[in-house]
Amino acid sequence: MKTLTTTALAAIMAAGIAGTAQAGCGIEGGSVRILANDFDALGLVIDEAASCAGDGVTVESNMTTEHKSLQVPALTVDPAQYTVAVVANNSIVPLMNNDLIRPLDDLVEKHGQTLQASQLIKIDGRTMAIAFMGNGQHLFIRGDILDEAGLEQPTTMEGILEAAQVIREKGIMEYPLAAADQAGWYLANEFVNTYLGMGGSFFEPGTAQPAISGEAGVKTLEMMKAMTEYMEPEYMTFTADEMKAMYLSGDVAIMNQWGSMVNGHIDPEGPAPEIGAATVLAPAPTVGGGSVPASALWWDGFTIAKNISDEDAEASFIAMVHGIRPEVAQENPSAATWLMKDFAAPETAMGVLGTAQAGAKPYPMSPYMGLMHTALGAELSDFMQGTESAEQALADVEAAYTTAAQEAGFLQ
Amino acid sequence: MRHRDFTAFILPSALAMLLFIALPIVSVAVQSLFVEHEQVLVTVENCGPFGCQEETKVDPDATAALKEAEPLGRFNGLGTYLNRAHLAVTEVGEILSDNDGIGDVISRIYNLPFYKALSFTLVYTFLVTPLSMIAGFAVALGVNSIPRMFKGPVIFLSLLPYIVTPLLGSLILFWMINSDGVIGATLQWIFNDPELSLKASPGLTWITLIVYGTWHMTPFAFVVFYAGLQTLPQDTLESAMIDGANRWERIRYVVIPHLVPLATFVGLVLLMDNFRVFEPIIGFSAEANATSLSWSIYNDLNGSVNQLFGSAAATSILTMLGVIVLLMPVLIRTWREFNRKAR
Amino acid sequence: MNTQLGHSRTLAITSGLILLVWLIVAAFPFFWTVWGSFKVQADFFSRESFWNAIFGPATQRQTGGAFTLDGYEGAWIEREFYHSVWNTVIVTVCVTSISLLFGTLGGYALSRSTRKYTFWILIAALVFRAMPHITLVSGYLLPFFELNIWGYLPTAIIVLVAINQPFTIWMLHSFFMSIPKDLDESAMVDGCTRFQAFRWAIMPVMWPGVITTGLFSFLLAYNDFAVTAMLLNQDNQTMVPKINSFLGTVQTEGTIMYAVAATVSATVPLFILVMFFQRQIVSGLTAGAVKG
Repeated sequence: MKTLTTTALAAIMAAGIAGTAQAGCGIEGGSVRILANDFDALGLVIDEAASCAGDGVTVESNMTTEHKSLQVPALTVDPAQYTVAVVANNSIVPLMNNDLIRPLDDLVEKHGQTLQASQLIKIDGRTMAIAFMGNGQHLFIRGDILDEAGLEQPTTMEGILEAAQVIREKGIMEYPLAAADQAGWYLANEFVNTYLGMGGSFFEPGTAQPAISGEAGVKTLEMMKAMTEYMEPEYMTFTADEMKAMYLSGDVAIMNQWGSMVNGHIDPEGPAPEIGAATVLAPAPTVGGGSVPASALWWDGFTIAKNISDEDAEASFIAMVHGIRPEVAQENPSAATWLMKDFAAPETAMGVLGTAQAGAKPYPMSPYMGLMHTALGAELSDFMQGTESAEQALADVEAAYTTAAQEAGFLQ
Repeated sequence: MRHRDFTAFILPSALAMLLFIALPIVSVAVQSLFVEHEQVLVTVENCGPFGCQEETKVDPDATAALKEAEPLGRFNGLGTYLNRAHLAVTEVGEILSDNDGIGDVISRIYNLPFYKALSFTLVYTFLVTPLSMIAGFAVALGVNSIPRMFKGPVIFLSLLPYIVTPLLGSLILFWMINSDGVIGATLQWIFNDPELSLKASPGLTWITLIVYGTWHMTPFAFVVFYAGLQTLPQDTLESAMIDGANRWERIRYVVIPHLVPLATFVGLVLLMDNFRVFEPIIGFSAEANATSLSWSIYNDLNGSVNQLFGSAAATSILTMLGVIVLLMPVLIRTWREFNRKAR
Repeated sequence: MNTQLGHSRTLAITSGLILLVWLIVAAFPFFWTVWGSFKVQADFFSRESFWNAIFGPATQRQTGGAFTLDGYEGAWIEREFYHSVWNTVIVTVCVTSISLLFGTLGGYALSRSTRKYTFWILIAALVFRAMPHITLVSGYLLPFFELNIWGYLPTAIIVLVAINQPFTIWMLHSFFMSIPKDLDESAMVDGCTRFQAFRWAIMPVMWPGVITTGLFSFLLAYNDFAVTAMLLNQDNQTMVPKINSFLGTVQTEGTIMYAVAATVSATVPLFILVMFFQRQIVSGLTAGAVKG
């Protein structure tokens, strides 16, 4: 997944560097090789897992932004290049499609006492991954601006539009909103968020047939377009990073931003402590009179490769469970929205947790969702720039998706 | 040269190219003719930290049996080349048979991803190539006439756009063209238009990318032309001066003819590199307004978690064919020259 | 040199002005970056006003001084950038020397044979060069994992050499074409084998062209991202993928300045290189006269 946190910690090199007091973690022997995305919170977990090295146990890791391209070929070979692939809702899909990861039920029973039931990602009743972090987009609101405009905190996207109108009319800000609408992954992601809030479903149940061109799809696009009225004209280039910079320079009053980036926005040591202090973190808004927040929920977790020896699999599982033991979350409460047992969530995690409690849907794990995501990202930009009708844009998306899905064997 | 000697000399180079380029190209070409197996889907219940959902998944055992039977996938012939993501024959046919005039045809064909990418790629290639050659030539003339002691630093400074990694170079420039950035704000001030944004409209985005491309590639043309200037035949120049030719005339009748062979080489390399334009599109977040063939390949391979190898393979082969078509005049000329020499 | 080209004052001024404008356009972003690398992110990447990048109010507030070395410290000490610098040294030195070794032999052979197949080899090389690298690289992954050679420097080196061969042999081929054939042929009349003729008659005069070609090989290896990011594991990362990892999936406050500082640092060796080789670069292309 495009996990929205931060860059890497220092590289955790091969065996033996970190292993001291708890060398081995009770592992009898084996080789642990971890492939992961590159951001801070994952680095923390992998660091902890690496402390199991020693006594015939080696722990190696490769944290890279290219992990998505590497994981399938790296796990296809036998023995696999990596024993552990750290994945998210979407990046687990190719591993599942190609049958490259093993069920973990027996290992959970044997070594998973510290895990909570909710951390187990069960597919068809079998545990295929262990989640340890949650993420999602939710509202970042400038409380001071709302006060100045005499507004209540909005909880719906329609309310946000009205608030933006008021802020503009009072002359406080010309462009009070921002959304990550960069053509490509981000734009598609905004559509997914809003569309889930509208209660839409992406496919005909049980098949790979696309089903987005209905009323919910059109309403979603209209809402996304309406929001851009209140954004700077270059909204088609906004990424999450760009939004953060804009927010910190005081250009934005309300936005739906990633929970994992909270610390960067409200850091009292950071570039704009006064904006951080005025920030209100709220669950994602609802839309179109629905009750489901317009935000997809994400998890990060680990999987164990299929094409490796049982000894390595067991060693990898123990090391990773050690990496995500509850103490790690307790000692680093603000590093992520942890899913571990006894995690006392700080204020900064409340946006994500609140969104989850309000009943937000997880990002779909369908085998062909990635193809849909790409098609959305590529074909919606004409509509967003006002050169195409919503119906035409959705028809283009379905045509692009169908072409891709036929090639991938999902549609005939 | 004897065959045996020739073989011995060319072997290491040829082997490297065969193994790492020719072989992959063959496999890419083969791959582009196949699509993946039918994926057998089953509906299951998925549970995670955020509750349970009914979702489909691929039935690995049933799909594995299909894979066993046909390891390459299903043969699709040129189907992938002709589908909507590439040449879109059916769609173009429909547009041509039923439309409201030429404007409608153009806008609807432009709406198809391949043609959208192709149009930017061609415009970019045919503007950036001559522009950077002209700029490179002008800079080379300028550097040639400055005192010797300044030449080293000036050459280094002139090379900078070519050697700073585009990864960060485009990020910094992208920031500079923000409406609050140094270039963006200056342009707003020059044109006296506080709403001016280089990133908002398709036209300005294209211009930005083309200016960046010219900036980035000019040093390459400059280095080659500058070197060429060092070999100017002095006697021709002198006799031209004696004949009373002014500087422009000397450039026109002595310098430029001398540099023509070099210009062919520079043009060849620039055409190829520009036709594969990719990095600036990512660096400038320009996907909404400008896509290129290389970007389409990237999008198929990296755009999402599902990689479309067949589609990327087909676009790659089409890119190669495109380059061959572009280079055809040069190739034919080389062939003639070669035959003349061989005779 | 070449003052004979022009004495006209207006023309000298015009060409001087064009050069000046070009130098500003070419070098301004770089000097801006050098200056900014001593600031904090909130200044260098300010959304408020670009003057912040010059005066640095946030740098003053966050670090207490007008300039900060945080970016450099973070990149070099905390993230051990020298590790990737060393890998880059290995990769560029190997890629450049192997490319040139293969390329001079191949280019020489192509320039001396008049048979039809040499034309087709040259054309094939051109076509090879047209293949987008990203497609090639994604095709390498599975075989490399199967052979267990993925992730190591030699693998990336040989791939870069191969990808670079078309350009190298084209350039060296044109270069050898301009060296008179009599040179080696007379050596062979004197009883040398083909290789001895190459070694004793051609090698002494080929250096200028080789150096120029080498510069382009060097730059390719130095700046490559597509190959090194996909084929090297974290321990063996070269500078450009390392800089990319500073940028990360999503930027952390501050680490983007590591990338800026690292990029500025990475330019220093290039400066030394260009100053050192500038005369050879020029005379190389001169003598080689890369004829199309």
